Amino acid sequence: MKARRIYPTYFLIGSLLLYGVLYLLPGIAGIGLSFTDWSQFSDKINFLGFDHMFDNYIKAFAGDEKYSGYLTNTLLFTFVTTIVKNVLGLALAVLLTKRIKLLNFHRAVMYIPAVLSALIVGLIFRSVLNPADGILNAFLSKLGIEGPQWLGDPDLAIWSVMAVDTWKGMGYIMTIFIAGIMSISPTYYEASDIDGAGAWQKFKSITLPMLMPTLTVTTVLNVIYGLRVFDIVYALTNGGPGYATEVLYTGIYKEYGYGRYAMGSTLSSIMLVFMILVGFFLIRLMNRNEVEE
Amino acid sequence: MMAHKKIMRTIGINIFAWVLSIILITPLILILINSLKTKGEASLMNLSLPQEIQLSNFTTVIEKGKLDTAFLNSLIYSVFSVVLCTLTSSMAAYVLSRNRSKANRIIYFIIVLGITMPINFIALMKIMQILQIVNTRIGIILLYAAIQTPFNVFLIYSFVGKIPRDIDEAAIIDGCSPLRLFFSIVFPLLKPVLVTVMVLTFLNTWNEYVLPLYYLSKTDYWPMTEAVYNFFGMYFRDWNLICADIVLTSLPVIIVYLLGQKYIVSGMTAGAVKG
Repeated sequence: MKARRIYPTYFLIGSLLLYGVLYLLPGIAGIGLSFTDWSQFSDKINFLGFDHMFDNYIKAFAGDEKYSGYLTNTLLFTFVTTIVKNVLGLALAVLLTKRIKLLNFHRAVMYIPAVLSALIVGLIFRSVLNPADGILNAFLSKLGIEGPQWLGDPDLAIWSVMAVDTWKGMGYIMTIFIAGIMSISPTYYEASDIDGAGAWQKFKSITLPMLMPTLTVTTVLNVIYGLRVFDIVYALTNGGPGYATEVLYTGIYKEYGYGRYAMGSTLSSIMLVFMILVGFFLIRLMNRNEVEE
Repeated sequence: MMAHKKIMRTIGINIFAWVLSIILITPLILILINSLKTKGEASLMNLSLPQEIQLSNFTTVIEKGKLDTAFLNSLIYSVFSVVLCTLTSSMAAYVLSRNRSKANRIIYFIIVLGITMPINFIALMKIMQILQIVNTRIGIILLYAAIQTPFNVFLIYSFVGKIPRDIDEAAIIDGCSPLRLFFSIVFPLLKPVLVTVMVLTFLNTWNEYVLPLYYLSKTDYWPMTEAVYNFFGMYFRDWNLICADIVLTSLPVIIVYLLGQKYIVSGMTAGAVKG
């Protein structure tokens, strides 16, 4: 074949080795390991046997409240941050495509948190949200409000973590929406001006419908990020207080720390199956965009 | 009357943008100001300016937090993974895009699936133990290159499609080998997307925290993120030093961001917006 001579297959070797051995293989091997009793304390890795094959999975979903808590926290985190980042990101994008002086300055400011390391952002907000001398509670006390224990209150902590994550992530979503808004043909707006449409009407009847493809993509991106979140939770609360903010990836890290390797692998595999479904959806989306191009 | 209303609205929007920007940037200003204070002043963690600027905080942190080694480590990991990943990803993306045979389509699909696929860190540990690359610099560089392969292949793949095929055929007729065709003709044409890939890979590697947490226990091999977190654990009362550490860790990222802003934005929005 001519194509194979001009575009030789050995060009793929580097990527296939890296990706195959260090990314794909652990994912597949991990599913196998989730059916074993592998732990730090066992010399050998033993298969659980056909009768007990799914024991780790049963434990994850039903057996131990701790593990199902990881799952619900992860889903809550994903659900809430996806919606809030989309709404705020879109609002900021609409604002920052209007006629504003120093537009690029504002865009850059709102985007900067997105380039910082999530770990660093976590540390910064450990200070900001400090109940005793943090700047947020100091500000609230000036208004006569006694600020809560943002990260110490088990009911509040996960919401604080989500708020910090939104601060970090919405600039990125905004940037994507800005690109989307800029690609809308100005003729639509000109026509609606002639018809005397107001700002809200223009948003509702032009901007929003035209942004639907963009919105789908930002949603998928937010979902992928939310399900895999680790750094920001680890830096802010490390899953605490108790297990109040424990998400899947911080939970997996703890399982690893305790030497419960099979259980950690099980949690990873649950996520893998879930994410592959999301992945199929994403690839279909991207292909559709390519066809339309 | 209409014009008057319009001006008011423009002013209003501008003020609103400023208020938002200021609120969003305040945490960062807070860190910057407190990195210049004494321990006593910084313990209050407020926005008042320092009595006297304490640049010595930075030298203290570099010394106590071993930031010089950490900086070098981060630089080594970032630079090498950028070079390795850009090279392998561009070669793969080029062939996958040009020769869309059935096998290649499947390979592309599986690679791109990695954009969403989570890593099984525990099973990966086993594999790294077998390969004997746990706790090594080369191991972590390979990992960084591996985890960024899917997105980079995806980005470059769509760009290759925009380069006309005629060039390839002309070069082959002139007796070019596939390797020479790629490196001396196609590679330079990929420059815009490669710059994006390089900037993003650099930033991601610099900011990454999870892989060293699992696979580098030797403190001498720690990158900046790892060093800063460890420092935070040891000196959690010295907010002036912690802030100085945060500033030093984030500075390279912000510089790269400001220099490569155009490329970052184009990379991050690629695929998200058609056209």
